[in-house]
Amino acid sequence: MNDIVSPIPQTAHPTHGTETMELLSFRLGADEYCLDIMSVREIRGWSRPTPLPHSAPHLCGVINLRGTVLPVIDLAIRLGLPGVMGDLRNVFIVVCLGDVQTGLLVHSVSDILTVPRAELTPPPEVANYAEQKFVGALAVVDGRMIRMLNLLAILPDPTTEALA
Amino acid sequence: MPNNPLAEIRAGFFAECEELLETLHDSIAALNVEAPDADLINTIFRAVHSIKGGAAAFGYERLVDFAHRYEGVLGGLRTDHSLITESMRLMLMQASDALEDHVESARGATSPPTEGDSILAELQMQLGQVRDQHDQDDFFYQPVALDLSTLGVETAAWQVVFAPQGSLYSNGNEPLFLLRALRTLGATDICCLTEGLDSGLAEFDPMQPALSWRLSLPAEIVEADIREVFEFVDGLCVLTISRQPRPDPWIESATIEVIQPSPEANPAPSPRQKTDTIPIVRVDLERVDRLMNLVGELVINQAMLAQSVADAGIAPNSPVMTGLEAFTKLTREVQDSVMMIRAQPVKPLFLRMSRLVREAAISTGKQIQLITIGEATEVDKTVIERLTDPLTHMIRNAIDHGIEPPAMRLAAGKHACGTITLKAQHRSGRLMIELRDDGAGIDRAKVMRIAISRGLIAGDSPQNENEIDNLLFMPGFSTANSISPLSGRGVGLDVVRLAIHGLGGRVSIQSQPGEGTVFTISLPLTLAVLDGMIVRVADQTLVIPLSSILETAALEPNDVRAIGSGLSVLELRGGFLPLFDLGVELGFRAPIRHDDGGIVLLTRHEDESRSALIVDTIVEQRQVVIKGLHRNYGHIHGISAATILGNGQVALIVDPTDLLSRPPLPPSDMAIAG
Amino acid sequence: MALTILAVDDSRTIRDLLKLALTREGIVLHMAEDGASALSLLQDLTPDAIISDINMPNLDGFGFIEAVRRQEKFRTVPILVLTTEAAPELRARARAAGATGWIVKPFDTPKLVRALHMVVGRVD
Repeated sequence: MNDIVSPIPQTAHPTHGTETMELLSFRLGADEYCLDIMSVREIRGWSRPTPLPHSAPHLCGVINLRGTVLPVIDLAIRLGLPGVMGDLRNVFIVVCLGDVQTGLLVHSVSDILTVPRAELTPPPEVANYAEQKFVGALAVVDGRMIRMLNLLAILPDPTTEALA
Repeated sequence: MPNNPLAEIRAGFFAECEELLETLHDSIAALNVEAPDADLINTIFRAVHSIKGGAAAFGYERLVDFAHRYEGVLGGLRTDHSLITESMRLMLMQASDALEDHVESARGATSPPTEGDSILAELQMQLGQVRDQHDQDDFFYQPVALDLSTLGVETAAWQVVFAPQGSLYSNGNEPLFLLRALRTLGATDICCLTEGLDSGLAEFDPMQPALSWRLSLPAEIVEADIREVFEFVDGLCVLTISRQPRPDPWIESATIEVIQPSPEANPAPSPRQKTDTIPIVRVDLERVDRLMNLVGELVINQAMLAQSVADAGIAPNSPVMTGLEAFTKLTREVQDSVMMIRAQPVKPLFLRMSRLVREAAISTGKQIQLITIGEATEVDKTVIERLTDPLTHMIRNAIDHGIEPPAMRLAAGKHACGTITLKAQHRSGRLMIELRDDGAGIDRAKVMRIAISRGLIAGDSPQNENEIDNLLFMPGFSTANSISPLSGRGVGLDVVRLAIHGLGGRVSIQSQPGEGTVFTISLPLTLAVLDGMIVRVADQTLVIPLSSILETAALEPNDVRAIGSGLSVLELRGGFLPLFDLGVELGFRAPIRHDDGGIVLLTRHEDESRSALIVDTIVEQRQVVIKGLHRNYGHIHGISAATILGNGQVALIVDPTDLLSRPPLPPSDMAIAG
Repeated sequence: MALTILAVDDSRTIRDLLKLALTREGIVLHMAEDGASALSLLQDLTPDAIISDINMPNLDGFGFIEAVRRQEKFRTVPILVLTTEAAPELRARARAAGATGWIVKPFDTPKLVRALHMVVGRVD
């Protein structure tokens, strides 16, 4: 059984309306991305997902999250990158959008960063269409460029019939 | 103690209103205008009265106002039953509908409806009632003799003289208590006057009050407070309140009549049937859900225990095994009972629909009746709630597009009045709901035209009748040429199907041109547990509901026949069944040859047709706890839900009917297999 | 010692509200849904006062009060009727049946408590 690697304390400093944001940074291949910590519920060690029939390539399947059936997606494939594919070295980041929870398969989680809101810049025009859609902002931390992801674009609209 | 007890009571009030409205509806429906039953009319009156009482407690003024006027109408009928006519009875139904709207508007804090007022006005007129004057809720009495001439010095103390009369004592009033109350107001110089006894003991009637009292009260006391003390005995005493510096002799100004018992005093009530109310306990829904989850876990654990015991090779007749069997039975019973806690009759849903039909008949000018069958059928509360919208859409469709106007119906040799039948029943472990109309049926040519023009299907692909009918479930499909008053812009049936899928159910449509259309909805009875067969296919573990499996057998390659277009059939006892590979159907593997065995499951679908399904191995038969997938997804073809196995892995639950839903094999292909 | 009151009303909402209002005052409240079951309760219960609705199934308020008053031990127990009616003729009927007083719904809790205390003689 997989224990939770670490839960994210929900009493974390509220970032809405304050000057700084807390971001969870993680790796996909050689690149670093991050997410607003407010949407992250927990980080869970990898377990083999049960595949769903006729599903899109980025949909790995479902896993058991303490008695709930949680869909998980390969975030790399979703972003148009070579897939993580997944094994015991990887983790799921469990995020919550509205009242729907999803697991994002990533290579590893790096750190929690505190970034002043003012320092987040909108993404530049890039050739890669996927990045255009999925990256909400850019942050520069210690000289590294970290792409902040826009969960709304990444996760399926819960009202559509099929996960496309 | 709950955080907000008042909010809880308010919620209870609205729950009570639902029950009362249902009673109201049933009673009006049952009323026979030729021989009206006094009890029924009383029940109707009391239902409205109770709603009014509770509404008043929470300050829902518009609701109170409407209920009060409705009550007034009913009061008139209560006094004289002979006044009631059939058209009045129908108006009472409409008034009840309006009352329901008022309750809803109070609950949702939306603006109240106005249609009910005219109905009540009409009823009042027919009953010859004068329209209500504005009710004063004030029950302040006419003061008795108040000597105005003594109004002078404001600082003069009060003087109160109080002489009980008549039935003051026998009504449980106690002058001593009144005096105590006056004393808290600051009464002094209380003395008891015994003039009433002066006539001597011989003529003394011990049953009549003879004593009186006189007392003073401080000047600053408000007169209304003094009168409040005597509120209940007003009319049962001689009361004088005045400002006098000196005590006055007992004033002969009393002119109140002691109110006599009214001549038409209530006769002894005739023995009535004890209303058979089922005792009810109200429980927090959260607690029920928690209990259901726990029972689900209990089921899983019990199954795993049974497995471990079996694996440990314990003898079948041993105490452990017998104990385990008893345990299994007990767990099942607990589980069945708990599942029924959330189950409720579909009747309220049907009532809502019958109201919809009533109103729709009026607004479309068509004659329509709704017949309901199986209103006592029970199903999980959530399912009932989530069926309201889809059913509403389907009935509106039936009324708008199905049922023809009376003239057309007569011309077609039908009754002018169209019939919609709504039926609910349990069948093979599921809830089946059927909505049937005897209207014009689906205009298939029109459907095809629209589908082609919207690019929903290719122009030349052949479609059989059933496929055409099911085109209506495609998004954006609406045959409405104009916006109907009911369906608005024709909300499509695709929304309906989405909602039904969201419940883990299925909906299908069948139609006969000129005769009518039938919608069939199939839903899981509960959202909780399932008897399943655990199988392995293409390295995946899946669950197939036991209720869908008729037989299992080893796969004999010789019995497999290929027919055109990649399809196969299985020969079984002289007949042929469509044959599928579960792994292929789910997209887990490409088609393979099955020369070296496998298992075939003979599955039965909801329309009683049969198929044969190939899996690799059967693991076991078990009860599984159903975990919904739909929250996160929408509909996945062939899968109804998921479960969590003993080893923590998620296993998908297959829905064979959904998985294999495809048109029946054309006859010519069957001939080749021979 | 705490007051013991019997309340009779067929509306669950009213019963709940009475319970909320009166138990806060430390009153021990017994309840019944209609006159008949209230009469059963009174076989074993001797309340300090009774509160009763008028419109009830099986046995209405008037019938209930009359039945109560016919019993020797309840000849003078204080009985308050709870009613939405402000109509004087209903009050008269209640009084004729033997009611001690009345409270108009929606009831004002302090007023109800004051009235109860007064009819049982427990004013402070």
